Amino acid sequence: MAHDDHSHGAPDPHERLTSRVKAIESLLVEKGLLDPAAMAKMIDMYESRIGPRNGAKAVARAWTDADYRHRLLSDATAALAELGFTGMQGEEVIVVENTPDVHNLIVCTLCSCYPWPTLGLPPNWYKSPAYRSRAVIDPRGVLREFGVEVPDSTEVRVWDSNSELRYMVLPQRPNGAEGLSEAELAELVTRDSMIGVGFPAPVSGQGASS
Amino acid sequence: MNGVHDLGGRHGMGHIEAPPAEPVFHEDWERRVFAMHILLSGAGYANVDEFRHAIERMPAADYLQTTYYEHWLYAIESGCLQGRLLSETEVLTGKRDPGAPPPSRSAFPAKHVEAMVFGGGTYRKKIGQPPRFEPGMRIRARNIHPTGHTRLPLYVRGRVGHIVQHHGSFIFPDSNAHGRGHDPQHMYGVAFTAEALWGESAPNPRDTIRLDLWEPYIELAEG
Repeated sequence: MAHDDHSHGAPDPHERLTSRVKAIESLLVEKGLLDPAAMAKMIDMYESRIGPRNGAKAVARAWTDADYRHRLLSDATAALAELGFTGMQGEEVIVVENTPDVHNLIVCTLCSCYPWPTLGLPPNWYKSPAYRSRAVIDPRGVLREFGVEVPDSTEVRVWDSNSELRYMVLPQRPNGAEGLSEAELAELVTRDSMIGVGFPAPVSGQGASS
Repeated sequence: MNGVHDLGGRHGMGHIEAPPAEPVFHEDWERRVFAMHILLSGAGYANVDEFRHAIERMPAADYLQTTYYEHWLYAIESGCLQGRLLSETEVLTGKRDPGAPPPSRSAFPAKHVEAMVFGGGTYRKKIGQPPRFEPGMRIRARNIHPTGHTRLPLYVRGRVGHIVQHHGSFIFPDSNAHGRGHDPQHMYGVAFTAEALWGESAPNPRDTIRLDLWEPYIELAEG
């Protein structure tokens, strides 16, 4: 929506956005429609408390506990709730497993749906028209740009998150990780590996897994 | 609607810029837009489908030239107008308008923020009739072109896939975005081969694309 209050030269777009947001926010606060304390709390939740470390914990648990892995793949919503990862934009979650035969990739072509309770808010590239348009028609090209080579004999399975179900990838455990603790394993799990555009970090002294 | 937001399969959308790390929010105004939207939704000013549809109605050129949180800001502004939280004068000038209607709702309180964040809201709703389709059935995504909100992307319309899973019944976005209630419908996980969607341009015949399709989006495939 255009504002007609920039008659004194064109301000920097960020300044213009800042003042447009400030105007609407103060009006809503003034009218009793927005609670500033709730604003601060909401921002803090997603900036400091909810992020991809949550998903990494669930992945590491699945790598070390076969029963948990089974629960995560058969009813991810309940298995994630065991770890406290519930709520907005993750009311129902499906976790899909990477195997030597299937490589999973998550996208939302229509907007930018993403599993907030386990991965936090999505990075800019995930929300970009470039990623959203290409992931379904050229997934192997997209993966290559992220440094992920998928052999021709492996199916690339793209999940377009067009409903209120949210999808997350359970990546394969890296080679040489057998002796590591759950906490050490969680350190290896990257956000990108849970979207499908990356692999977990390699175990020190080992080559990258595939 | 066949809007520019429906991006799956389009060419020419540029290069994917993916830095190794980025902050959760890039600018302070993004933080504020994010929190404002969630709290206004929590106070009941718009459901998720109305919100998405507000974004879809942005002028197409603006949609492509602006960032994610600018889309949200646009939807907040139009949602505030439709929900009569603010008058048009207020949105345009950023100043209090004495002629604006008095607020009809109260602010979402800070003490309920955690409960909302960790609780969310379910979209699963019970429905009387049994599902018409079952796993393994070949289906065609209907070749329909609703002018309102829909979650049936253009790139699957008219294409044949198969039902992988019956998920249960869920709020139907095409109704929920337009004040026609939850109108729950059965929803299915559907798989399409890359070849069914992209023909000989499919990069690898093994690849598949999966979506969730509500019953009104699909019909049995002939043959």
